[in-house]
Amino acid sequence: MRKITIGLVALGAAASMALAACSTPAAPAASGSAPASSSAAKPYIAIISKGFQHQFWQAVKKGAEQQAEKDGVTITFDGPATEAEVEAQMTMLTNALAKKPAALGFAALDSKAAAPVLQQFADAKIPVIAFDSGVDSDIPVTTAATDNKAAAGEAAKHMCTLIGGAGTVGVMVHDQTSRTGIDRRDGFLDGMKTNCPNVKVLEPQYGKGDANISADIASSIIEANKDLKGIFLANEGTAIGGIKAAQQKGVAGKLVLIGFDSGTDQINAINDGTMAGAITQNPVGIGEQVVAAAVKTLHGETVPKVIDTGYYWYDKTNINDAKIQAVLYK
Amino acid sequence: MSTDSATTETVAKSVVKGSSWRERVQQLMALAGLVLIFIVFTVASPQIFPSYSNVTAILFSTTVVGLLALGSTLVIITGGIDLSVGTAMTLSAVMSATFIANWHMPVWLGIIMTIVFGGFVGLINGFNVAILGLPPFIATLAMMLVAQGLALVISNARPIYFDPTAHAGYIWLSTGSIIPGAKFPNAVIVLALAAVVAFILLNKTLLGRYDISIGSNEEATALSGINTKKWLIIIYAVAGLFVGLAAIMISARLGSAQPATGSGYELQAIAAVVIGGTSLSGGKGTIVGTIIGALIISVINNGLQIISVRQEWQNVILGLVILIVVFIDQLRARRAATT
Repeated sequence: MRKITIGLVALGAAASMALAACSTPAAPAASGSAPASSSAAKPYIAIISKGFQHQFWQAVKKGAEQQAEKDGVTITFDGPATEAEVEAQMTMLTNALAKKPAALGFAALDSKAAAPVLQQFADAKIPVIAFDSGVDSDIPVTTAATDNKAAAGEAAKHMCTLIGGAGTVGVMVHDQTSRTGIDRRDGFLDGMKTNCPNVKVLEPQYGKGDANISADIASSIIEANKDLKGIFLANEGTAIGGIKAAQQKGVAGKLVLIGFDSGTDQINAINDGTMAGAITQNPVGIGEQVVAAAVKTLHGETVPKVIDTGYYWYDKTNINDAKIQAVLYK
Repeated sequence: MSTDSATTETVAKSVVKGSSWRERVQQLMALAGLVLIFIVFTVASPQIFPSYSNVTAILFSTTVVGLLALGSTLVIITGGIDLSVGTAMTLSAVMSATFIANWHMPVWLGIIMTIVFGGFVGLINGFNVAILGLPPFIATLAMMLVAQGLALVISNARPIYFDPTAHAGYIWLSTGSIIPGAKFPNAVIVLALAAVVAFILLNKTLLGRYDISIGSNEEATALSGINTKKWLIIIYAVAGLFVGLAAIMISARLGSAQPATGSGYELQAIAAVVIGGTSLSGGKGTIVGTIIGALIISVINNGLQIISVRQEWQNVILGLVILIVVFIDQLRARRAATT
């Protein structure tokens, strides 16, 4: 019995390793024991993201891969399963350090927690490129990020215009603790205060970025506020929930929904009028900038301390513009 | 199978009889709790909270966790636990979208395949628990991780969308309304039917009898000639069928399989089961209690949102309610044991 069990376990382990091996085609050939920075191989850049399962991170990854191909470097792109797993991300950082990359691209879930490991990168003279959200330290040579506060402020400006400066507005955010969650919430709230101080803004609600949970919360907001004019939905999963709730409650098109990022659901909702518009970051651009900045640094060029990767407002009128289409992901 | 039932009828029956009145009191208590919470929110928000559209919204939001909790009830009664239901649901939803949206299977076939797939995941859990002898906590923890990973691998970490026109019937299953003009989501009817099936399974079939018997005393049950390993596998597999059904409901609601959702749902399901009076040590539990437990959770979630309580406090309140409900249940059980 025990032998069979051990055999099964071994078989399972072998199978999972095989699976892992074929599911990461982008891994550098040197990810085994040989150091990746050996002179013959292409420079290897390790990128640790905040996640990988959301479309946003997939788009960042795509941009990074495109730029890596252009610049002749190899990259790996890893991230924890959820954006709450600070510790899992620390482990990924430590593992990346062990592979001796030429440079590191890093989007910190918790920049303070990452500081000691980043110091090790600095000691090893491995340049660090921060992306998506800033790192509270001077180790990163540059930070490629969206100004989320300004982006959410832009959303507030459009919300004010679209609802005509009066009524009640709901705010739904993915979480209370992440940098993007805090910045988009505060940016939106500040924007509402400056642009239309007479609008009643409800207490922000948090749906973990889970579309199903967010749909329930949005339903409650719609139910509880008869003079509700609009809802701001601060990330993709939250936006999907808001769209589904508006459709289910029969207020699609009447309620001003403003989303964030893109993805098939938001793009369809904007085209059919369920969603008034959304703010998109430039995820592909973020990925490209990370790799480009890393390569420049490796070549001894200087890069600016902050690279603003930009954001755009998009709605029915400009969704098909080439400039917008280039930054949307499905 | 018939000899099995003949030899153990007495063992199982005595167990069921011994606890039935207590279970009924427990159900009444839980129901009273639900009614009380409902009244509190109705007083706090008389216009909105008890309105037809809000009550249907509450019922609608109960469906996914409710379906998961039905299956979990059967597993928890054996003295086991199933931590994999949340991510197994996500994996099954990804499979459903793969069958229907990517492989263009007919919707009805895709639905059957998805439910069977959920059952298959449960079957593996049952095998790992009953045959390999792994503790249920570990076996299903491992499955939770495997399912989460596979859901991302198979979906290529991207949502898979159903076609709103070609698969309208699939989406209708959750958000449509079979009752004309009532705006009553079908998902609620699916949950009600599933609850009836689970009730019959637990109360009127051998599966239910052995379920309780295994949870009360697995060794004695095995000694009385019942193939407990076989029945454990069956029970985990049946729980998996409910997971498959939950997968259809969540993906139909969202019109897509979202590979990143699902973790955390297992704890909601376990909370619903426990609030409903099912004992985590096994041998005792009811389907009605579980449904009431699931309703209590969604009524609290919805009510606190309606009266605009800050969300941080919503979690605190839900946690306290679980503590209080289970404490009262324990207190009563202890008193019943001493008299």
